[in-house]
Amino acid sequence: MSAFRPNWQALLSLLATIYSLTALPFTATMNPAWSIAAVVILAAGALVSMLRAASSIQTTALALASFGAAALLIVGLADASGTATAGYFAALVAAWLLGWRLVTVLSGDGSRGSQSGNLISITVPALFGIWVLILWECIVRGAGVPFVLLPPPSAIGLRFAGSLPILAADFRQTVLKAVLFGYVVGSLTGFLVAILADRFRFFANGLLPIGNMVSALPMIGIAPIMVIWFGFDWQSKAAVVIVMTFFPMLVNTLAGLAATGDMERDLMRTYGASHWQVLLKLRLQAAMPFIFNALKINSTLALIGAIVAEFFGTPIVGMGFRISTEVGRMNLDMVWAEIALAAVVGSLFYGALALLERTVTFWHPSYRR
Amino acid sequence: MNEKSFIRDRLVPVGSILLVILIAWYVAAYSMNAPFQRDFDRRAGETRTTAEFLMLTMTQPKPTMPAPHQVASNLWKNTFTVKPWSKRSLVYHSWITLSATLLGFAMGTALGVVIAIGIVHVPALDRSFLPWIIASQTIPILAIAPMIIVLLSAIGVTGLLPKALISTYLSFFPVAVGMVKGLRSPDVLHLDLMRTYSADKLQTLWKLRIPASVPFFFTSMKVAIAASLIGAIVGELPTGAVAGIGSKLLAGSYYSQTVDIFAALIAGSVVAILLVTTVDIVGRFVNTRMGARSQ
Repeated sequence: MSAFRPNWQALLSLLATIYSLTALPFTATMNPAWSIAAVVILAAGALVSMLRAASSIQTTALALASFGAAALLIVGLADASGTATAGYFAALVAAWLLGWRLVTVLSGDGSRGSQSGNLISITVPALFGIWVLILWECIVRGAGVPFVLLPPPSAIGLRFAGSLPILAADFRQTVLKAVLFGYVVGSLTGFLVAILADRFRFFANGLLPIGNMVSALPMIGIAPIMVIWFGFDWQSKAAVVIVMTFFPMLVNTLAGLAATGDMERDLMRTYGASHWQVLLKLRLQAAMPFIFNALKINSTLALIGAIVAEFFGTPIVGMGFRISTEVGRMNLDMVWAEIALAAVVGSLFYGALALLERTVTFWHPSYRR
Repeated sequence: MNEKSFIRDRLVPVGSILLVILIAWYVAAYSMNAPFQRDFDRRAGETRTTAEFLMLTMTQPKPTMPAPHQVASNLWKNTFTVKPWSKRSLVYHSWITLSATLLGFAMGTALGVVIAIGIVHVPALDRSFLPWIIASQTIPILAIAPMIIVLLSAIGVTGLLPKALISTYLSFFPVAVGMVKGLRSPDVLHLDLMRTYSADKLQTLWKLRIPASVPFFFTSMKVAIAASLIGAIVGELPTGAVAGIGSKLLAGSYYSQTVDIFAALIAGSVVAILLVTTVDIVGRFVNTRMGARSQ
């Protein structure tokens, strides 16, 4: 049994590393010694990963090699954007391939449960995200992509940290006022109308097809009308959010209330339960997964609705306003900072809902282990 | 439960609710337009009978809330009485939006399918990429629509493609997520059967996984095409009202032409319904042909 176990990522990485030697130093200001150091680290990482070693040794070596080389490559770009040679990119590709190898080793053979610790299921996507940022930073700065086209993540981060007061004001205007109010009112009315419609068969029969149809319509188009009706401030955005979130909630709640089987309903009837008792104790419980589905859909829709509605007219604050004006002024880093803010808010919102869902619908089969 | 009747369980309830909506619309049109009309009459020093006043609230040129018949006549005028290729025609604008939608939808669907196939076959992609796809659903992607348009026009890409790219961006998520589910839907028995045939990955994909995923494919395409239309409409906003349904909305909001906005909205809705219905019908047809049970 040979001590070597080649894998294609490491082999390709070695090839790229060797190729990168043809164009030293990597950038105009990068110390040749550092370039050599990056090459040595990469080669060592690739070789260790091909040894028949324990996976802990492999992951450590791969992590050190890929991130160490990436760090050297990023540092080497200081004051030298746009001067990267072909060797620089070859080394970057080599580092990325080692990163990929690391993810592959961590993911195991794909059989779920073999290695599916919580830690791994967080680490692997996190590694992917970090690599996207590293590649973005190195390619944009290394190739000298104009700032107005695509700013590097570091500049976006700096801008984010540097304009916290503006971002906070936009957050207050768009999220705390328009989105939250519209989301709560829209979802609640959708829910209540569904409960009422469910009491009267006739209503439900009429509302369900209409609701299904309206859910597919480009409701965002009502934004200009709402701006004309309710003015430029947050009220018009909240109105858009209310209309956009109402129908998904209505349709999903109606579907959820119909989700119980005949057996359960018959059981409730043998208990002599009234309509409201059946609703509260059986059907609403069964409808919870559907309701949470609507709440999750709505969390995205609400943010989109409020931001796009701001394109049609706002006071001089708000995330959508900032995005449209800063695009016009070619301040792309500010735009990206707002998008990062929107992404963080959207993910937190969604994450909070998912946590709440787990506690409320703990009985659902999808959480069984 | 007695048998379902289309007229009693579908047509009558839906029809009566639509009727209620129509009546509510007229009431809203009256009550929202009345203050302006009252103000207008007071300044002009005119006194009107109730019937006259009612008529006037329904025929304002720039009403706060246009009455249904105003919207209908605007739709009629801009659809059937002008040449379909003239700039005033809603058919022209709908076509512009529709072409961007379809291009974006085609690209998005293709991308989604490719990503799904990748995720199903490469464990590393499954672990590292799928969580990001789901997370990206929580990000208001439309927020970057204006930026994409401006960026692409800065490097010389204008016209159909930027809008289509936004549609692509919006429509590939539902397809990717739905197809991952669909490609994983064959149960272990069937996969084992393929293994006893010593089928390779490609054969398993082509003969088992893809046929099994067809119902999922069409369900996710229905979501994707609706999202794609929204993407195309929003993509038309920052181009400065050149052509398309989105530009009609923007122009209407600049000049407070509420009737125009409503007409454009309805045109957009008609396009949406046509698209979703088409996907639905094709889906039913294909599913029946492939031997799925009709529901």
